Amino acid sequence: MPQMGFDMTEGTIAAWLKKEGDPVAKGEPIAEIETDKTTIQIESFSSGVLRKILAQAGQKVPVGQVIGIIAAPDEPIAGAPPSASPQSASQPAPEASKSNAAPQTEPRTQPAGAAPQIVHQGRIIATPVARRLAEERGIDLRYVKGTGPDGRITKADVEAFVPSSPAPVSKPTVSPVVKAPEPVPPPAPVAQAAAPAAPSVMQPLTRMRQTIAARMVASKQQVPHFYITVAVEMDAALALRAQINESLKPEGVKVSVNDMVIRAVALALRRFPNMNAAFTAEGIQRRDYVHVANAVTVEGGLVTVTVRDADKKTLKQISQEMAALAERARSNKMQPGDTGGQTFTISNLGMYNVENFIAIVNQPDAGILAVATATPTPVVRDGEIVIRTMMNMTLSGDHRLTDGAEGAQFINEIKRLLENPWSLVL
Amino acid sequence: MAEITYREALKRALREEMQRDPTVVIWGEDVVAYAGGGAYGVTSGLAKEFPGRVRDTPIAEEAIIGVGIGAAMGGMRPVCEIMTVNFTLVAWDQIVNHAAKQSHMFNGQIKVPMVIRTPNGHGRTAATHSQNFDAWFAHVPGLKVVAPSTPYDAKGLLKTSIRDDDPVVFLEHLQLYGTRGEVPDEEYLIPIGVSDYKRRGKDVTLVTWGRMTMESLKAARILAEEGIDVEIVDLRTLRPLDLSLALESVHKTNRVIVVEEGWRTAGLGAEIAASLQEMAFNDLDAPIARVAGLEVPMPYARNLERATLPFAEDVIAAVHAMMQKQY
Repeated sequence: MPQMGFDMTEGTIAAWLKKEGDPVAKGEPIAEIETDKTTIQIESFSSGVLRKILAQAGQKVPVGQVIGIIAAPDEPIAGAPPSASPQSASQPAPEASKSNAAPQTEPRTQPAGAAPQIVHQGRIIATPVARRLAEERGIDLRYVKGTGPDGRITKADVEAFVPSSPAPVSKPTVSPVVKAPEPVPPPAPVAQAAAPAAPSVMQPLTRMRQTIAARMVASKQQVPHFYITVAVEMDAALALRAQINESLKPEGVKVSVNDMVIRAVALALRRFPNMNAAFTAEGIQRRDYVHVANAVTVEGGLVTVTVRDADKKTLKQISQEMAALAERARSNKMQPGDTGGQTFTISNLGMYNVENFIAIVNQPDAGILAVATATPTPVVRDGEIVIRTMMNMTLSGDHRLTDGAEGAQFINEIKRLLENPWSLVL
Repeated sequence: MAEITYREALKRALREEMQRDPTVVIWGEDVVAYAGGGAYGVTSGLAKEFPGRVRDTPIAEEAIIGVGIGAAMGGMRPVCEIMTVNFTLVAWDQIVNHAAKQSHMFNGQIKVPMVIRTPNGHGRTAATHSQNFDAWFAHVPGLKVVAPSTPYDAKGLLKTSIRDDDPVVFLEHLQLYGTRGEVPDEEYLIPIGVSDYKRRGKDVTLVTWGRMTMESLKAARILAEEGIDVEIVDLRTLRPLDLSLALESVHKTNRVIVVEEGWRTAGLGAEIAASLQEMAFNDLDAPIARVAGLEVPMPYARNLERATLPFAEDVIAAVHAMMQKQY
């Protein structure tokens, strides 16, 4: 089961596109996988014959587990890993609690009960000492995330390796001693046999709701949130946006207020590297890239889509990219890489006519920005009450790595950029 | 223990060995006449203390080395001073084709126990007078090459070099003559071919020598404030090269940067990096990095000279790059 998207921990075989005995070519679609967020075709990693299907359609399989065997027509495959345990087979969501007990038939390093995640599919880049250490400790490097240049696995990565974290929410409490990962509370499938015969209808939890529940609970439990709200005068930004969209009309590009917010946030993150950081057990990991995630409403919940290197993109590029990302998210056609990997997240409820709201930090980010609706508001300017288009924004910060003073300066930098919108263009 | 300069430490070594062994003599340009003894004052006063044994020579480096080789083959222990390392180029044939080879070509029946003392490096003296030839000498079998960084090492190694039966190229650094350090009054010797820890640490190993040892120490003090614990191995001898401590250190830190002042291409840093990866491949957590001088003939302008040479800040930058924020 390949990992598609950084927070994918398991997938369901929606359908096999090949049957046992069919020849397959490298790169050819062989099966459809349904994840928390989308349905994706997986392509064969190599050429040969699909000799054996180990996970049947409908079966839920943890990332990293073998779902089928492709081999030469006459190659012996007797030593192949046993198939996924029956318990993890196609269980409808209400009975999901059972599937959590599915034992793993996984490599030597994986403690029972942990869903391993293969990070590396091809050649593994690891330093010599990392390889030596991994061999000494019996760690399979395919499961170790590299933090060095180009994702190179270093000694520290091997030392910090905890065989699995079911919740990919943040870097778990990494300690050199391998300890059993805390099980994420199975997102309470409240449904159970003793359900009262009441007029209420029990709605089974969808996979997306399970993921949202797990991640939001984890964030609220682990992250000491603090909140700062500012009001941004948006008249200049809206005027500029109108001009830009007029000039982009022939190209069919329409810059949104949110695109401007993304750009402002990206530029501000450049100036506040600590807000572009991740809280980890070893320390505050500052990232030298700026990837801004945006919450997108989809049927049954929400997903985030990530604009990578947003600080290096023009408003037009951001606008086009966001439109494509949001479209793929809504039509359930997300591609690996569309989501996750962010350094900061924006949640914009501007179109829902809200005055203000506060968002939950999307771990491991330092903060999340909640953007409300821009609305004509009486404000005082030069001692007079005038009408301006005001938009409230609230920053939720992770107090473990940043403080109110920094948060205030950061959100005021975003405000300054939006109120002087030419700085978003120049 | 008294603190004395590198210059004074060298002079004490010369004096003690001249007192101990009457065959030790000093020849070179201006070792008597100029400013009381040597362009950099190392031999000042020795001509008076040892009449007839310290002599000024013509400005002819090939002759200085040639006479030295002959005297050494004949049983003397000459210490030939070449005013700066740049002038050894004139005597390269004598050093490489004669001094280094006599013993080997005559089955060890002849020894050439001479020392060629010369200041290496730079000092606002422009392209033809600001060079590092460490790698050049270290390339030659038959020579021993010493490059001390502290007054203590300078004294102990010069005494050993004078007593050694092979020709020793003794590279002093122009910028180190005035540096001070503790040197005991009692006699001591430091063997050739033995490196030394100048700082113990656990995060990253710097392998260096000469002036760059001092710059590395400066860098280490600043890095320590950031929480990066640097270990410094001072090679002290460049031929034979002792990498035992460097290997021991890399086994612990898994990261190594070779810091040299000279040009990078085909420099000694390349040799050290290659040897370390051959011997310690499985200990490495990052590619071996090098800090070196820029590959240009040395500019005369002060600001450009500074930009050409590596200093502590270059060491710090290399350490930061290597640590990948893992501190």
